[in-house]
Amino acid sequence: MDADASRRTARHHRAPRGVGRREGAPVRQPLPFAAPDGGGSRLEDLMAQVARGDKDAFSALYDALAGTVFGIVVKVVRDRAQSEEVAQEVMIDLWRQASRYRPEQGSVPAWAATLAHRRAVDRVRSAQASANREYDQAAREHQRPFDEVAEQVETRLESEQVRRCMRGLTELQRQAVTLAYYQGLTYREVAETLRAPLPTIKTRMRDGLIRLRDCMGVTT
Amino acid sequence: MRNEEDLHTLTGAYALHALGREELTAFTAHLAQCASCRQEVAEFGGTTARLAAAVSTAPPPRMKDAVLHGIDSVRQLPPRLPADERPRTVSGVLRRKAGPLALAASLVAAASFGGLAVWQHQQTEEAQQRAQGTELRMRDLTSVLAAPDARTVHGRTSTGAVTSVVSSQRQDKAVFVGTGLPEPGPGRTYQLWYDDHGTMRPAGLVDSDGATLLQGDLRKASGVGLTLEPAGGSPQPTTAPLMLLALPA
Ligand SMILES: [Zn+2]
Repeated sequence: MDADASRRTARHHRAPRGVGRREGAPVRQPLPFAAPDGGGSRLEDLMAQVARGDKDAFSALYDALAGTVFGIVVKVVRDRAQSEEVAQEVMIDLWRQASRYRPEQGSVPAWAATLAHRRAVDRVRSAQASANREYDQAAREHQRPFDEVAEQVETRLESEQVRRCMRGLTELQRQAVTLAYYQGLTYREVAETLRAPLPTIKTRMRDGLIRLRDCMGVTT
Repeated sequence: MRNEEDLHTLTGAYALHALGREELTAFTAHLAQCASCRQEVAEFGGTTARLAAAVSTAPPPRMKDAVLHGIDSVRQLPPRLPADERPRTVSGVLRRKAGPLALAASLVAAASFGGLAVWQHQQTEEAQQRAQGTELRMRDLTSVLAAPDARTVHGRTSTGAVTSVVSSQRQDKAVFVGTGLPEPGPGRTYQLWYDDHGTMRPAGLVDSDGATLLQGDLRKASGVGLTLEPAGGSPQPTTAPLMLLALPA
């Protein structure tokens, strides 16, 4: 595969990114898990109430999680209308699956973010599979060099801690993590985009996350 | 075939949802038997959650209305029940359902709970986790069978076994019910597949008669297939399907 073709494969065949944040004003409220006063256990309590069918509790849970859920979905899916649809599905799924939540497997926001990212990635990959050929040309026209994309991702981060920890990664680690998480690329696509061998990318994703984890002081 | 050493390094790609289907299957199986990878994946989950929070964006206010309205018609997975209540609860659910569910219901009722198929990777987990996992699947299974939009299709395998698939778009899940499945034979297993319009997606293993919740979400699958595979299952079907049931559109 020539370099152009491999880059094309790895790029996104998606609707072009919306212009800035229309409804999306930056959310500057404290992160739910960064709360120093055991905000995590408040969310666990809410989740337990939600599991018992408490809609008021769900409304409060929505307020705590919707920004994170919508934010990551928009980041990956890009198209606002589709993102709204996916984020809605995620929130409804949190309601449906509330009784499955197990605190020992991670915090409530981590669970919600995982569900949201998974759904977002599924959405773009299924859209990609069906629209690949059709939109190939259009996608190429909207394509930008990956380093420019990665740059923008970084400057848009709302969390000082995440920005600082990202800066502690090597270039390849940062790009591997960023392209996969924020752009929804598979690790094969990341390898093609960065023109690096697969095993290297696999390893950079892991050691990049290890470095981020340690920098952020994440325990579970 | 890749070795265990390689699989350990996939935790990062897994946590970033960056694995292709084949690696995902292999790694998921590995995860079930590797405590250190499970721990690492959990920590990475906390890490990626912060990456998500760092791009937090306020959704349009109408989304909350839509979600709060939406949950009115969504049945929650029921809370955990004491072990001795499970069979009664399931038959209770089944008794309340009639119509298209009748056959599937009677098949499920006929299948003993001991015969309930569990996923292969479950075998490697600790006893407590196994019990919990079975309970979770049980809960999903009953909630599919009880879903207001549940639809049932029936068919026979090429070996003559009677099969049914109960699917619920709303729950995004499907349940397979088999009766009269012959022993798969030593070193073999039955494997279920979601048919994504010609692409087969692994949906879990079946070793005996009974009701099995298909692994993974229904999504837009057009059908459900059953093949005979080497023990442990395959990432893609390696034999001709014994059964391929089209799901209601
Ligand atoms: Zn491992």
